[in-house]
Amino acid sequence: MTIRLNINGADTAIDAPGDMPLLWALRDLARLTGTKYGCGMALCGACTVHVDGTPVRACVTPVSAVAGRRVTTIEGVGADKVGQAVQAAWDALNVVQCGYCQSGQQMSAVALLRANPRPSDADIDNAMSGNLCRCATYERIRAAIRHAAQALA
Amino acid sequence: MTSQITVERSPGAPADPVRRRFVQGSAGLVLGMYLAPLGAARAAQAAKGADFRPNAFVRIGTDGIVTIYAKHLEMGQGAYTGLATLLAEELDADWESVRVEGAPANTELYKNFALDMQGTGGSTAMSNSYEQMRRAGATARAMLVAAAAERWRVPAGEITVAKGIVSHASSGRRAGFGELAQAAARQSVPAQVRLKSPGRFGLIGKPVLRRADGADKVRARALFTQDVQLPGMLVAVPAHPPRFGATVRRVDASKALAVPGVRAVVQFEGSATRFAGVAVLADHTWAARKGRDALAVEWDESGAYRESSDGILARYREIAARPGLAATSKGDAQAAFASAARIIEADFEFPYLAHASMEPLNCVVRLGDGQCEIWNGEQFQTPDQRSVADYLRIPPERVTIHQLYAGGSFGRRASSTADYVLEAVAIARAARAQGIRAPIKMAWMREDDMRGGYYRPMFLHRARVGLDAKGRITAWQVRIVGQSIVESSPFAPVAVKNGVDITSVEGLSDLSYDVPNLQVELHTVRDVAVPVLWFRSVGHTHTAFTAETLVDEAAVAAGQDPVAYRRALLKGRPRHLAALELATQRAGWGKPLAPGLDGSRRGRGVAVHESFHSVAAQVVEVTVAADGALKVDRVVCAIDCGIAINPDVVRAQMEGGIGFALSAALHGAITLKDGVVEQSNFHDYRVIRINEMPRVEVHIVPSQAKPTGVGEPGVPPLAPALANAIFNAVGVRVRSLPIRTPLAGVRA
Repeated sequence: MTIRLNINGADTAIDAPGDMPLLWALRDLARLTGTKYGCGMALCGACTVHVDGTPVRACVTPVSAVAGRRVTTIEGVGADKVGQAVQAAWDALNVVQCGYCQSGQQMSAVALLRANPRPSDADIDNAMSGNLCRCATYERIRAAIRHAAQALA
Repeated sequence: MTSQITVERSPGAPADPVRRRFVQGSAGLVLGMYLAPLGAARAAQAAKGADFRPNAFVRIGTDGIVTIYAKHLEMGQGAYTGLATLLAEELDADWESVRVEGAPANTELYKNFALDMQGTGGSTAMSNSYEQMRRAGATARAMLVAAAAERWRVPAGEITVAKGIVSHASSGRRAGFGELAQAAARQSVPAQVRLKSPGRFGLIGKPVLRRADGADKVRARALFTQDVQLPGMLVAVPAHPPRFGATVRRVDASKALAVPGVRAVVQFEGSATRFAGVAVLADHTWAARKGRDALAVEWDESGAYRESSDGILARYREIAARPGLAATSKGDAQAAFASAARIIEADFEFPYLAHASMEPLNCVVRLGDGQCEIWNGEQFQTPDQRSVADYLRIPPERVTIHQLYAGGSFGRRASSTADYVLEAVAIARAARAQGIRAPIKMAWMREDDMRGGYYRPMFLHRARVGLDAKGRITAWQVRIVGQSIVESSPFAPVAVKNGVDITSVEGLSDLSYDVPNLQVELHTVRDVAVPVLWFRSVGHTHTAFTAETLVDEAAVAAGQDPVAYRRALLKGRPRHLAALELATQRAGWGKPLAPGLDGSRRGRGVAVHESFHSVAAQVVEVTVAADGALKVDRVVCAIDCGIAINPDVVRAQMEGGIGFALSAALHGAITLKDGVVEQSNFHDYRVIRINEMPRVEVHIVPSQAKPTGVGEPGVPPLAPALANAIFNAVGVRVRSLPIRTPLAGVRA
């Protein structure tokens, strides 16, 4: 079936089976490979994208469910100042190690800062606890979110 | 629509016979040992073309961009940054102009001197490259200076280089690297170069340097194997048997073939060291996965392994009753036990552990006539290239391996048997036999990765420590029971000594503590069919736990402070003493901890351990609630890794090593029930989440000694320091990992 949606500001038509998770439609059909596969069960957060501004796990979201909606991926998140501040903070604090989970980490961080511009340490842990990092860059993720919040204040 | 995959073929793509002969011919030169020069063909091209390529590790374009070819895999440990720092230091390059690309498989050009093959492991990337990469940079610098001297007609000795600018002070002339690149390419390669003394380093040791792979990873431009898209490529998702050693009896593929997007179903052969199975090939991953799940496979389990992990452990306990092969035998431990005033006895149990990298295993293969092209986050170039060549019966130089980033590895991509790479090639070959010539991306799903074996082996340690009346250790004995990682690997000739796999006993057989009678024995178990592999810090993942909790227990038995007790046993070990001093001093050892709230109790524990020629000490602080719930509050780490090439990468590796070790200590266990792995995904194989990550402080022991390991040494001390902190808080000794929480036997 043909599914029309907006990806990173561009109206897009995707020809895909309706049950295909948004993750694979983005990666294999739209060729936006920044969104990563980690678990397929919404356990790790590597596939986090925004649908109408809300963070969702693309691996368990059927592409048919986002027809007509606005999807933002890591490739498009730098278009606004919150995304830019998060990426600048990730750069400044050398957050990444292997980097595989970091698209999802940043998408969750951007969603947190949009909803809560001055998050407490507990707020950060709560908002980010769905995103696994096997390299355990967690301390730097916390610091980078505080850094970005300050830059945006 | 198809994404561009640009993978640098040179320097040193193995398909160039001219260069191969040249390099082989020059192998005896001193320069060749450090820097295999590019061959005649490449040199001619460099002279004609715009780029300056003085050796296999660096290219300077007319745009001034310095591209460094990394012989080591970047899997998060910071190898790209470190290698580039070394080269750029001696080149006096501008760090902002430095880029890094992964080098292709070419053992002659890109050998790891520590492993005697091309590959990444054992925390050796910096130590084996420290001179080589600096020499590569110094050589390029000398040729740029020679080109400037020639152009400006001034003595080379009057020319200086800083941040990518070549200058002659008295004439006021300056030029960027890009302007000199073509002229530099025409200079002869100097036979000798002088390296900087550490006092003149500008990039090496700089507190914070932008990670070479950082910007691309933050913006998701970094290419992982999972991201490869080749024209016409099919995605293959395999069905593996439920038990190790099973094979395919018959398969009904009709339902799989009915899934839209599925192109073919192929059966692939296995071996003693890798799965046989059935793969579904499709236009995209979702169809391949759905197709795989729709397969009806009847497995032949006549040769399958059906043991349970409880049963394996029970047998290990029986085996531990008998003496094993001596790994270390110093003094007379038995006599010392006979006269000991007190004996501490304990069994320690360690489960199988899965690496569970965030990027599940995968590999891209394109088979041609008599050749094979591979795209992979490649950790073991030489053995993988050879294994594929043997399997396809083609020469190794006909197997091209393009290097990509790896989304973690922790040892899993350094497969001793090339298992996952060979599986991808076997699938591609089976597809080709059906007339499918498309490139194949083999993608394991998380469940395949979790159940795919090649685990950190399960181990049992039976330990005894004898103390005299003054609490001094007089005898120390540990009997280790488990499978060997190395026996079936290419490293067996160097890492199995007198029947003892060094990686099973390292960290205990070479115990840092000065005890008069030391006996370490090993039982290697060979009839357990679970594939095992190195896992970040290898044998130290278990030996450090036994060593550091036992010495702690001895200190408590002796009524002494655990740090003071260790110090007395570490005379003549200045690096251990310095790391221990730095960590404990920064942690405030000896000062009382802030009390816990609501009946919770707090505790502090320490451990110090040498691995990969580095020494790490850690102090862990915990809170144990009245109901036995455990919280790890803070970890203070000190590390002596020789000279810290990139202090911020060193800190990151300690932070990451601590988090990785904490996952294993709190949650990590792969278990078997009747031969079937019981875990499948992150809900039943838990790893720590951000809310479980303690505050971590890292302190680096100042040193100008040659660099030693960083990727692994942060792991071993964490679990024992944590166990010692738990004892300090509530008086419960942890003997078995993962730590069972809520802690049993805790009474508020």
